[in-house]
Formats: sequence, structure tokens, C-alpha cells
Amino acid sequence: MSSSSRNYNLTHLKVLEAESIHIIREVAAEFERPVMLYSIGKDSAVMLRLAQRAFYPGRLPFPLLHVDTTWKFREMIEFRDRFCREQGVDLKVWTNPEGKAQNINPFDHGSKKHTDIMKTAALKQALNHYQFDAAFGGARRDEEKSRAKERVYSFRDRLHQWDPKNQRPELWNLYNSKVNKGESIRAFPLSNWTELDVWQYIHLENIPIVPLYFADVRPVVERDGTLIMVDDQRMPLRPGEEPMMKRVRFRTLGCYPLTGAIESEATTLPEIIEEMLLARNSERQGRMIDHDESGSMEQKKREGYF
Amino acid sequence: MSRDRWSKRNAKGISDMQAIDLSHEDIEAYLARHQKKELLRFLTCGSVDDGKSTLIGRLLHDTKTIYEDQLAAVKRDSEKVGTTGAGEIDLALLTDGLKAEREQGITIDVAYRYFSTDRRKFIIADTPGHDQYTRNMATGASTCQLAIILIDARYGVMTQTRRHSYIVSLLGIRHVIVAINKMDLVEYSRDVFERIKDDYTGFVAKLDLHDITFIPMSALKGENVVSKSDTMPWYSGPPLLDYLETVHIAGDRNLTDLRFPVQYVIRPDLNFRGFAGTIESGVLHKGDEVMLLPSGKRSTVKSIVTYDGELEEAFAPQAVTVTLTEEVDLSRGDMLVHPGNQPHVSSDIEAMVVWMTEQPLVPGRPYTLKQTTKQVTAEVVSFRYGVDVNTIEHRPIARLGLNEVGHVRLSLTQPLACDPYRTNAATGAFILIDRLTNNTVGAGMIVETGSSRGPGDVWEAEPEVSLKPRESLIATSEREQRYDQLPVTILLIGLTGSGKSRIAYELERRLWDEGRAVMVLYGQTMRQGLNRDLGFSADDRSENLRRSAEVAKLLNDAGLITIAAFVAPHEGVRGKVKQLIGPDRVLEIFCTAPMEVLRERDQYGMYQMADEGKIAQMPGVSAVFEEPKSPDLVLQTDQVNVDECVNRIVALMKSRGFMRDR
Repeated sequence: MSSSSRNYNLTHLKVLEAESIHIIREVAAEFERPVMLYSIGKDSAVMLRLAQRAFYPGRLPFPLLHVDTTWKFREMIEFRDRFCREQGVDLKVWTNPEGKAQNINPFDHGSKKHTDIMKTAALKQALNHYQFDAAFGGARRDEEKSRAKERVYSFRDRLHQWDPKNQRPELWNLYNSKVNKGESIRAFPLSNWTELDVWQYIHLENIPIVPLYFADVRPVVERDGTLIMVDDQRMPLRPGEEPMMKRVRFRTLGCYPLTGAIESEATTLPEIIEEMLLARNSERQGRMIDHDESGSMEQKKREGYF
Repeated sequence: MSRDRWSKRNAKGISDMQAIDLSHEDIEAYLARHQKKELLRFLTCGSVDDGKSTLIGRLLHDTKTIYEDQLAAVKRDSEKVGTTGAGEIDLALLTDGLKAEREQGITIDVAYRYFSTDRRKFIIADTPGHDQYTRNMATGASTCQLAIILIDARYGVMTQTRRHSYIVSLLGIRHVIVAINKMDLVEYSRDVFERIKDDYTGFVAKLDLHDITFIPMSALKGENVVSKSDTMPWYSGPPLLDYLETVHIAGDRNLTDLRFPVQYVIRPDLNFRGFAGTIESGVLHKGDEVMLLPSGKRSTVKSIVTYDGELEEAFAPQAVTVTLTEEVDLSRGDMLVHPGNQPHVSSDIEAMVVWMTEQPLVPGRPYTLKQTTKQVTAEVVSFRYGVDVNTIEHRPIARLGLNEVGHVRLSLTQPLACDPYRTNAATGAFILIDRLTNNTVGAGMIVETGSSRGPGDVWEAEPEVSLKPRESLIATSEREQRYDQLPVTILLIGLTGSGKSRIAYELERRLWDEGRAVMVLYGQTMRQGLNRDLGFSADDRSENLRRSAEVAKLLNDAGLITIAAFVAPHEGVRGKVKQLIGPDRVLEIFCTAPMEVLRERDQYGMYQMADEGKIAQMPGVSAVFEEPKSPDLVLQTDQVNVDECVNRIVALMKSRGFMRDR
């Protein structure tokens, strides 16, 4: 054995990476039908890479699931299809059929109803349809206050609901995978990552991300103080609104009518990171669904939203 | 004034958000620097009243981890529910999470917070200080390397301080910072600080905590949190953040004992069979000979595979995939170790257990036990003792309730490869899962396993090293002459309430007054010191008596008369006591009275507690008391008063030739 003259220190990113891989392998080993929720965003990109690391040289032992509200940015969908094909992963896409039939959309029905039907309800339908008993999500505890108390394994009852007062204690790296039929867990391998960690990792690992994260000239309108990109013809313009071409980018990605852009010159990862370091607002501010009411994220989580 | 201080620190700039120049070189250099950071996980213990939330808020705020929109939200909330004065930000609100908690004004769960500086990334496990939440604190502590224990300078060491320190010690946290907070409210008094420090040091000596640092601070005013305060010039140590950034943690990991639990078998095709897992401790090299547990078979590491390529070596806590040179039967739950360094493999374990649910832990009920990647069925065989987390005292128990801690003996359906938690937390830790509710109900830390010696064997066990006792230069006869007595052990036995202790001390007084050299060995006294690691199971009672007998023998060897008062319920064990001390140097005296008299005399209410199940294995109630077959004297203490009992013992001693009349 070579002796211990070398130093056995790991950087914080390597420690986080190892922890995440451990969680992903644990779920894959202990659940019958796991699935990885894939939102096409940067956190999903990191989570997917970690999963590929976990099972290398084997393939992912579970599919990816994208809940498509039909209102995602076009570039997200293009990226999703190309990337998943290249990576050879099994991608399942689910859209709420009733919602689609009724043409539920954020303009006519408001962000809350749209999110309830096209995201939360759709997710539950998909989980029930495929009978998944564990679903990986890319949520991080630093994102939002109610997330700070979320477990790595978050238990959900038959209705996919989360009860913040009845969470299982979670100690060491010993996760409790016991569920009855119909119940499930949501597993969050990125729990201990921060936004900066995610960006640094993407940078270090050269992980492909949707171009919308980089600044480019895009058509936007300013609505209620937020820059909204006019991504397709479905967006009804209000009287007096005229799309302007601005150099913008997105800190988070979701449904385009609900995702605020920021004006930016950042076209490389270091520039994005630099901008993030100097930014004075947290990333979720661009997400309109959080602002409905105080504690709204917590309310959504209780109901089954990720 | 406080506002000035804030801005001063903000300008100092110590975090992610520090003022960096907007050129490319800077950001690249910044990233390079920040990619090399270490990770430190720490726990904060204390109640809202100690200023814990304020301290965390202060760390987040002063390291600029708070975004403006979050700060704005807190400012809004401060006006509504804040406890600070008008216009001031209540930093405590930064760490409050769920709506209901915010409304109650308390934090009720473990919450995780993140911040970083140039040197380290930090994860804070924020746990509450309220009585009913021992379980949350244990949960938070389980992943931490360091704990900050908050003490309000006005009140000093309190019950909760003891409780927090005990749990920190129980969970094996290596580094402790005692933050003596609210120094501004005691006029920054050095005396107050030193007094609390002394108090804490005195009490903590009982615990397994070694690296303890005391820092006087005011979290509210930001003094000695991020930067050093000039209000306490007498304090020469670093402010909290400096300490957090520099405390040596690299040595905390166990890099000696290779433990690689197999987590998942990767088999993409017939040519590749890889065993994926996290190296929980130690270092693994390509080419190492490894032993497979529990089978005991051996193999050799062919390769260590990762997404980035093969490695020559891997170490804790890396997650890797290992291939072996031979086709072997190895699956999830098995473990790879070095043949020269093996863990215990046992289906009989002793552990400290923290109980986390309403339904108590009772012997005989099966639970699922998860340790590393293995799940087995476990049940409690017996309890050695319970620990009062407020006083750290041991007491007998028959069950373990919510938020209680106990030393438990468990029997498993399959053997576990495990180590004592103290030497290896990763293989010494387990959780217990209720098989009906699926809830995580207990957290366990292995103390020892069945393969190590049990106390029952100690009486006959040979010493582990060869010993050469030396003869004293003082002959036994010289001692007899000086004291004018023959050494003897008066063994007073009988149930609780039979009058043993009263007789023992009266007898000691009588003999002393006669000019004899004499001493009482009393069971409860022994348990406070020499035997404080022992509980009340049959084995522990036996060990309690064995050690006491050894002491009695030493006292006798010194020429003293020893009066030993013990329940000593087992005839077999009493026989061993006599053998150990020397049969001709023991007088066995049986104190007895009818049960109703015993219960009447029971000043501590032991019998009632035993009736209620609060004390397990109580002789005379829930455990047997074997009456002695041939005692030297029987004292019916309901019929004979103490004086007369003493008279009879003295007469017996004289008649047996241990003393002459004076």
C-alpha cells in the first residue's frame, strides 16, 4: 500500500457530488419504480449528470419525466429533445390531458390556476399513471425558506401531499425508504447545494444548459414590472404593449409567461456567475408563482407541488 | 451606534458577495479560489431566547448571504411580528421558515442554512431548544462536525445547556464552541464570562467532549461574531467566524479503517460487474486484497471506476465503483474491508438509542434496523439504563419514551459488520424503523457488540496481560497488630427497604467509636463513581457487585473492616463475591422484613416506580431475590431495632474472632 503522504482532502463540490451520488444510488437500490423529474433547467442538468456518474459505466436505471405545461420556452423543448436523444436517456413527457383540452393557460386562467392544473395536478397524474414510488427533484434548500426544512427523502401520502409537521427524522446518510403501496417519496439529491455551487459545477464539468441562461437579444414586453419574453404567437399583447428587443437572459426557466427576464450582458458561464455574485435579488424572484401570497410555496408543497 | 458597526463590517467584505472587480481575470481567479473550499457542517443549539436565530441571521447577513428581496421581506415582517425595536431588522426572522412556526414565533424543526466565505462553505443545521425536541437536535447533530452551544450570559449554564452538550457528545461531535451571548446585557463583564466558563468546564468533564472553545459575544450587536469587538478587550481569542474558518477538521475523518458498504451492483453487460458505493472510512487502492463481509471470502481490487476514469486509490467520503479480480457473490448490504482490519460482525449489539416517537420502545417488539446499506430486523433484549438528558444521570428503565435516551441491548436476525460509533460513526450508526407505521422511530449509536466480552464472564476471566503481583513489605500480621483487628467484610444483603444501609452506617459508627479501622461500601455510592457506567440489568448488577467486591478485598488487604451493603439478589453472584474476597473473610448478613414493611420504608418510591414499570427488573417486584441458603446471621428488621442489629453483628464478629473485647 502506498502510504499516506498525500493529502486526502476533497473540495466542497466533490463532497457535495459524493453525497448526491450516494442519495441517487440509495433511491435506485431501495425503490421499485423511481423516476427523475427533469425540468430542463440548470439544476436538472446537474442532477442528471450526477445520476450518470452514479451508474457509470451503466445506463440510468430509471426514466426521466418532464411535465410539459405546453407553455415552456420553445428553446427548452428543443434542448430537451436533442439532449435526451444524445444522452440516450429514456424520457417520458406528460401533459395534463383535461387541462390541454380546456386550453388552460396563464393568460386566461391566471398563474395560480395554470400552475395548479398544468403542473401540480399533471405531476400527480403522471406519478399515478406510471406508478412511480420515488421521484427525484432538483430542489435545493437554499432556494426558498420553506425548502430549508425539507428532508432529502420527503415522504408523500397517497394524495402526494407533504405534511411539514409529520416529517420523518432523517439522520446521518441513513434514509428511510419504507412506503406503503400508493405512497411515495420525493428525493432531493441537491438539497445541500447552493445556487453558486450549481453554477460552479456546471462550469467545472462543462455541463450543457439551455441557451436562455445566456444573454441574447430577445423580444420582451414589460408587464407589471417584469420583463416577459414574447416566445410565440399565443401571447396576447395588452393595449399599448409593443415587444422590444432587449439583451436579456433568465436566471430560472419555467413557463415563459410566468418567468421574468433580466437585462444582462452575460454570455459566458463566468459572466453568469459574476453577475449572480453581484446580484442583489434571489433567483426565485423571477418566478411569479411565489409571490401570490406569503408562504405560497409552502402551500403548494403541501398540495403536492415539487 | 449599532448601525455604524454593521456598515463597517459590510465594507470588510468576506463572502461570495464581496465587492469584486468586474474584469474577467477577477472572476476566473475568484472561481479558482472558490473551487478549493472545504465544507464544514455545524449545529447551533440554544433557544430563541438565547439569541440563536439572531446569531444565524447575523452570520448570514454579515457574510452577505441575504439577497435584497429576502431582506426586504424580513424588514416587512419585522414591523409585523418582529421583537426588535421600531425600524430595526429582526435578524431572527431570516431563519424562520414555515408559516405556522412564524406565527407561533418558534422554530419547530431542523432547518438548514448555507453561507460561505473565501475559505469554507458552511452548512448550518439549525435546531430548536425546546424540551420536546431532543429528536430534532439528534437529527441535526448527526451530520455535523461542530456544534455551537449558546448560553445567555445573564443566566449562565442552564438545564438546556446540559442537555444540548450531552446530545452533542452522544452524537460524537468533535468540536464545540460555547458562545456566551448577550454580553452587552452584562456590561461585557469578564467575570461573568469566566464564571460561566468555569461552570461549563466543571460540568462537561463528565462528557466525552474535548475540543471546547469559549467565545463571548453579542449576536444582536454583531460583537465577536464576524469581527472582533473592542468592547471586550480582555478577550484575546478570535471572533466566531474566524474560528469556524480555521478549526482543523481534516483529522476528523477516519482514514484508517477501510469500510466500503456495497450500495448497488452495476452490470451493464456480461463483461462488467461493478460494486458501487461510498467509501465510509479508510482508503482503498487498486490491487488491495479485500475481505468480503459477512462471507469472509477474499478477493483483490481490479479497478476503481469513476465517470472521470479509473483511480489508483479512493478514500472517504468518495462515491466510486469497485471491480474485483474474481467472480464473487457480493450484493447490496455486504461490505468490503481490508483483511487485517476487520469490523465486528455480530447479531448482538449494545447501543445508545434516542427514541423519537410517542409509542415507547419496549423489549421484544421487532423493528427494522438500517445500518450502512443493510436492513435487518432487531428487537430489544434488555435495557441497561436510561439517561436523564438534563442531569446525565443513569437510572433503571423498562421502556424508552419519546425524546429519551437509553443504553439498549439489541438482538438482530442477521449479523451486522459494525464498529463502535466512537471509532467509526458511519458503521456505528443505525436507525430503527417501525414496521407498521414505516416511521423512523429511533437513532442508535453502537457502543459494543456481542463478540466483545460481556460483564457476566468477568468474574472468571483471566487478566488480559500477564501480571506479576508484588508482595507488600508490610506483613498481614503487622497490620492486624496495629489495628488490633482481623480484616473482614460484613456483607449486608437484602431488598430495598430492609434496613441494610441504616445498619451499615450505625455499625460503622459503633466500630469507629470502639477504635476500629472501618469503612462502608454502599451500593448507591459506588454507582455514582466507580460503577457509574453500569445499569440495573442482572449482568450490570453482577458487575457492580464484582467491582465492589474487588474494592472490599483491597480494603481488607489494607487491614480495614469493610461493611458492604448491597441488594445482591442472586445466590450465585454472592458466592462469587465470597470467593473473590476470601470465604473466611466474609460474614453474610441477611436483612429481611415483610414486603409491606419494605414498601413503607421505601423513601425514594422505588417500589411504586417498579409497579408502574418505570424501573425494570426490580428485585422483589419484577425480578427475583434469591434468599441466601446459609447466611451467617439473619436480621428480622421489623422485629429487631437497629441498635440490637448492630449489637448482634458486633457479637458475631467477636465470636468469630475478628475482634477482641476492649
